[in-house]
Amino acid sequence: MHEIEMKPSPKVSIEFDGQTLQANEGETVAAALLRQTHLAFRTTPVTGKSRGPFCMMGVCFDCLVEIDGAPNKQACMTYVEDGMRVKRQLGAGDTGVFLSDEEDTQ
Amino acid sequence: MSTSKQTADAIIVGGGLHGCATALYLAMRGVNCAVLEKDYVGRHASGVNAGGVRRLGRALPEVPLADTALSIWRNIEDLIDDDCGFKSLGQVKVAENNAELSALKNRAKTVQDIGFLHEEIIDQKQLRELLPAVASHCIGGLYVNGDGHANPYRTVTAFKRKAISMGVRIFEQTPVNEIVRHGKNWLVKSPSRKIEAPIIVNCAGAWGGSIAAQLGDYAPVEAQALMLMITARMPHFVKPVVGSQGRTLSFKQFDNGTVMMGGAYQGSAEPEQNNTHLSFNGLAKNARAATAIFPIMRQATIVRSWAGIEGVMPDNIPVIGAGSADGVYHAFGFSAHGFALGPLVGKIITDLIDVGDIELPIDAFRIQRFSQNKDI
Amino acid sequence: MKDHYDIAIIGTGPAGMAAATVASAHGADVLIVDEQPEVGGQIYRGITHQSIKDKTILGDDYYKGQSLADAFAASNADHVSGATVWQVSPEREIGISKDGAAHLLTADQVIIATGAQERPFPIPGWTLPGVMTAGSAQILLKSSGITFSNAVFAGTGPLLYLIAYQYLKAGVPIRAILDTTPKSNRLKALPHLPGALYHLSSIMKGRKWIKALKSSGTLFIEGIDNLKITGKDSTEAIEYLLQNKWHRIEASNVFLHQGVVPNVNLAMASGCIHHWNEQKLCWHASTDEWGSSNVPGISIAGDGGGIGGAIAAEYQGRITAYQALYTTNKVKKQERDINVLPTQHALTHEMRIRPFLDVMFRPATQFRIPTDDATIVCRCEEVTAGKIRESISLGCAGPNQLKGFTRCGMGPCQGRFCSLSVSELIAKAQNVSVNELEQLRLRPPVKPLMLAELANLTILASEDT
Repeated sequence: MHEIEMKPSPKVSIEFDGQTLQANEGETVAAALLRQTHLAFRTTPVTGKSRGPFCMMGVCFDCLVEIDGAPNKQACMTYVEDGMRVKRQLGAGDTGVFLSDEEDTQ
Repeated sequence: MSTSKQTADAIIVGGGLHGCATALYLAMRGVNCAVLEKDYVGRHASGVNAGGVRRLGRALPEVPLADTALSIWRNIEDLIDDDCGFKSLGQVKVAENNAELSALKNRAKTVQDIGFLHEEIIDQKQLRELLPAVASHCIGGLYVNGDGHANPYRTVTAFKRKAISMGVRIFEQTPVNEIVRHGKNWLVKSPSRKIEAPIIVNCAGAWGGSIAAQLGDYAPVEAQALMLMITARMPHFVKPVVGSQGRTLSFKQFDNGTVMMGGAYQGSAEPEQNNTHLSFNGLAKNARAATAIFPIMRQATIVRSWAGIEGVMPDNIPVIGAGSADGVYHAFGFSAHGFALGPLVGKIITDLIDVGDIELPIDAFRIQRFSQNKDI
Repeated sequence: MKDHYDIAIIGTGPAGMAAATVASAHGADVLIVDEQPEVGGQIYRGITHQSIKDKTILGDDYYKGQSLADAFAASNADHVSGATVWQVSPEREIGISKDGAAHLLTADQVIIATGAQERPFPIPGWTLPGVMTAGSAQILLKSSGITFSNAVFAGTGPLLYLIAYQYLKAGVPIRAILDTTPKSNRLKALPHLPGALYHLSSIMKGRKWIKALKSSGTLFIEGIDNLKITGKDSTEAIEYLLQNKWHRIEASNVFLHQGVVPNVNLAMASGCIHHWNEQKLCWHASTDEWGSSNVPGISIAGDGGGIGGAIAAEYQGRITAYQALYTTNKVKKQERDINVLPTQHALTHEMRIRPFLDVMFRPATQFRIPTDDATIVCRCEEVTAGKIRESISLGCAGPNQLKGFTRCGMGPCQGRFCSLSVSELIAKAQNVSVNELEQLRLRPPVKPLMLAELANLTILASEDT
């Protein structure tokens, strides 16, 4: 990671998978995570493979994370806010509802 | 361009589910068939519908047919070498208040009165066991064990594949321009070919009216575009297909976790251009219905919405049966609930052609019912 | 947001900004919407408060966006930012989501200025974490001053060399540049060089970047014939085929680029006819000299209709705005012509470099149509080239049927990163041109829409039944 000289910017604090990290006010969640060299943001629902941001402009949908409990948020299109809780999205995401123990066959 | 004439034992107009199913059953009886499809197999309603396979809530004349169709669905792999993604985890219609539950109880009784016991009333406790994620204000429902859903595009394509393997000729991108009588045969003309046969089956869906007219029958079928939406994948939370007594809603979750919802929300259809248009006002109502019954859906994201072109009859039940002229048969206008019946209707038409009669009661579906009322 | 506007513009890149500035200056009631919180699109991203102190890093072309943004800021267009447009119907009903609420409104004229996106680059391993586009590198640099040391830049096209040059100016070490420009392109591009010489300064600038990169000691390898990226859960290395021999470079970050293509989803879903351009290998909106599409009241400006670059986009924004003003009787024909004619001349001039660039940097087939069956083509649904080829052999004659067979194109990106590859794959398998295939049928919502937002849709009174 190489940082370029920038005009100073206020900092905010966000959480990623329980870990607190610093971000610049006005930057995207994706940038904030990449700044900390987190390259993988989710696992795919089809095969569970690791994915991270690809296009950074909202068209590839590979940077999906859970933000404050809501799944399927594009990290590159969401701007950091102090106290934001970001989590890796695993598979189809967690909508927080208690489900029965029975699994669907196949 | 010269189009030399081909012949067949039977011509089927329309390569949707009913057309391909009819072709398959006929081929199984040694009948040489040709299917003429103006676009490609499954391009319209057959390929893009909600995939519901149900007896629940059917118009009474359809109940015996749906009952028989379910037994075909249970063994669909034997018929077409593909299980079509058929899942029979039940269908349930939810009641949100006492008035709705009463209406469902009346319905259950009506169905029992004609000799069918598959629709059962369930109470709130049973509803919650069946649908753990259902909204807490829902007080019961009407449930059919064994109903379910399948993948429409996969199904119609499997019928096509099997039919072709049995010698059926399927001509896609082949619209029918004109049908005329030619001796004892029907001569069907399209831009790329002419073909004639003594038997012709009209499975042209929303376009079935103009085909019927050329065959000497009248059927006021209209094109309708019912809208559907599908979400990104969600964790599994519901197994049966869910409907609602008080709201227009049809709701199911697939193995891959995506959730599809629809109902009777109308877009608009332009059948001559193969176009449909969506109405987001309607989709918004659909969204409200879904989130009212399943609060978990508030977190869902819609990835796509669409509307196929369906043929609808004024009395909301299809046209099935022999036409007025010799060698003419019809199976179209399934009014947004033809998918489940497809594998059976192909057999019905085939029996009518082959044997001349069938056991199931199909009088209510005769095309002549419209001619009788035409002057009113 | 109001229920109705004279002119609605989708996108605040150079085309959108220019259109909005012109339209509102002539008294039209203008709405302009963008998903980003600030104007600039991709090319001028971050222009309104660029924090990088050293202006030589991003270069002069970037800062040209400043005056455009200033003029826009001074206009009285109704600017709605951070909002997603998920529908423009053929009747110009616009669906917008902002702050968790969805709205429907209408406009007499709509200018779609949705810009460009990266061309897909389906090579083995392109879905691994650590692989991003050159555009991503640019966005990270422009918006956040973030760079990755010792990354590998792979592909072809001016934007690849530009970002590598910007890295060089910023002092960020580059592990390697793997140039996949087919050597044969050079000869094919020669006939177009006279046209390009009208833009000699741009050509020289590009050569300057490449020369600087080469003489800086950065590993710059040309004539790359094939690529694959490897790693278990993240990028570990990139391998390249050069003169029949495979080589390996260890890297945790790879930036891929092989040109940009129009972002056509909104315009296609609106019913605008598009045709496949075999030279440019992408979809072009079918528009007239005013930018008008076949759908009455809908026009397309900027890279979203066909790639022309930032200055051309600005000109197209002006042209479509004047036409929209004329059509809604806000300016008379004479005033439209006085303003548009010189802009059209300038646009023609600006486009003179395009044929040369299109041929020079036309990506090779093996990078557009993967030969390795295991390569993922549909990133969202993880559908491989092999699975697609198998489905074609089972009778899939077009991209819509392919969706039914494989789910390819059913994911949230709605075909943005797969439909070009898919169209070419099917066309090649059937030995036809892409134009002969059915196009992928696109529908609103063109970006995913939360069901809760849809449930709260503000319903227009006239439609409520």
